[in-house]
Amino acid sequence: MFRNNYDNDAVTFSPQGRIFQVEYAQEAVKQGSVVVGLVNKTHAVLVGLKRNAEELSSYQKKLIEIDSHMAIAIAGLASDARVLSNFMKQQSLGSKMTYGRPIPVERVVNQIADRAQTNTQHYGKRPYGVGLLVAGVDDAGPHLFEFQPSGMIQEMVACAIGARSQMARTYLERNLDQFADCSRDQLINHGLRALKETLSQDKELTVDNTSVGVVGLAPEGSKARIESFKLYEGQETLPLLEALERSESSGTMEEESMEVDS
Amino acid sequence: MDHFPGTWGRPRNDVYGAYDPSYLQSTGPKTHTSSPAVTGTSVVGVVFNGGVVIATDNLASLTPSFLLPLRTASYGSLARFTDTKRLRVFGDQAVVGFGGDVSDMQYIDRLLESIDIRENYSSHGNTLNAKNLHTYLAKVFYKRRSEFNPLWNHVLVAGFDSAGKPFLSSADLLGTTFSAPHLATGFGAHLAVPILRRLFPEERPVEEISQEEAVEALKQCMKVLFYRDARSTDKYSIAVITKDKIDLKEDEQLEKQSWAFAEKIKGYGRQTV
Repeated sequence: MFRNNYDNDAVTFSPQGRIFQVEYAQEAVKQGSVVVGLVNKTHAVLVGLKRNAEELSSYQKKLIEIDSHMAIAIAGLASDARVLSNFMKQQSLGSKMTYGRPIPVERVVNQIADRAQTNTQHYGKRPYGVGLLVAGVDDAGPHLFEFQPSGMIQEMVACAIGARSQMARTYLERNLDQFADCSRDQLINHGLRALKETLSQDKELTVDNTSVGVVGLAPEGSKARIESFKLYEGQETLPLLEALERSESSGTMEEESMEVDS
Repeated sequence: MDHFPGTWGRPRNDVYGAYDPSYLQSTGPKTHTSSPAVTGTSVVGVVFNGGVVIATDNLASLTPSFLLPLRTASYGSLARFTDTKRLRVFGDQAVVGFGGDVSDMQYIDRLLESIDIRENYSSHGNTLNAKNLHTYLAKVFYKRRSEFNPLWNHVLVAGFDSAGKPFLSSADLLGTTFSAPHLATGFGAHLAVPILRRLFPEERPVEEISQEEAVEALKQCMKVLFYRDARSTDKYSIAVITKDKIDLKEDEQLEKQSWAFAEKIKGYGRQTV
């Protein structure tokens, strides 16, 4: 029988130059339920599809607030995400304590990337089985970063990870040029639309399975510099879902709903 | 030849009497970290409309270590280093003025250097402002004093806060922080602050104070400090921090000195009342 000899640990390359344990970890991300993130000039939005393990259980949390200026969306092993998010919370608190400054998003993303990379290079360790979308604001404006178990990080305008996320990415790519200048509400709407694309036939977005998170720069002339992270869950998502429905039936945002004619 | 190494380097017993060994500590904790050796004196700073100006003189005085146990007013005032620059520019929006121990200043300078490098590695647009810097320095001072190994400095941090407002604040070797529109450390706290309070009383808003006026006030303070603070010199550094730039001059000379007032001072030195 064929057996892969190069996947016993995360430190051994296969002769083809692959590290199987890292690829398996990335597979765990693909099995996680989908999360979508996108930014415009003022805001960063995260939306996630929550899953419940069984009918009687609660839904697994998808968005975690790190600090008032930053949050993550997770796809993959939630327990690994907790470890990473606790670390990010510590770093963020540390920056506030020593410098009185919210930590720059790129800084903390680099720190988790370094941690994740270490796991792929030391014998006896395993990679994190979780992918993250990190959204936040700092002096340089709103940011969205993608994080993978390999330790790879990338700044993105829009991104989706998790099960069936390809559908969402296709939507994001198609509508990319609308994001930068759209409003906060439109950005949320785009996020929800991308999320909806990933649903299988028999599923739909409900107040129970949808999470939305928004963080951004405060509007001109307001006292605070940033609009703190706001998490919408449960009944709070109702207006957002209704707005999604309205925009789809009126087709205001793009040509998509015109296809009924064909 | 004195064959007893234990007496080498000490005042001769036959001339000065028996050496008092209590000066030589043989037991107990280390104490050499708990007093400064080479020190700078006052730092003075004033906030004006649209910026901050800060000044120090360029002197570092030496307290020879053998005099430390008997530190009195007149010992330890050796004007040893007369071109010690005690203003440190950080980034393009902040200046730190150092009073106190010079080697500790140099240590803090290295800390700031490494932070500056780290900050410049990444993050377009994310820079530490004067307020962040002041918070950091206060924490460093407090940590070190809690370890009974203080950094023997009193610093003023000048620049802008995150809202873009002029910022001036002090932190001392205990980690105590204090903020005011005009501040001074060391002897300056006694000699310069009264002058600044007269020129810029509390009821006068900062918006009314011009840059020229603030610079003139600091020059006056530096002159008074030179007149009356034995551990100061007539060469000084001055930095004007505004939104667009930091104007740092490190080789300024006190102008228009007049020692006429000295004639009238009675009761010191050879003069008899």
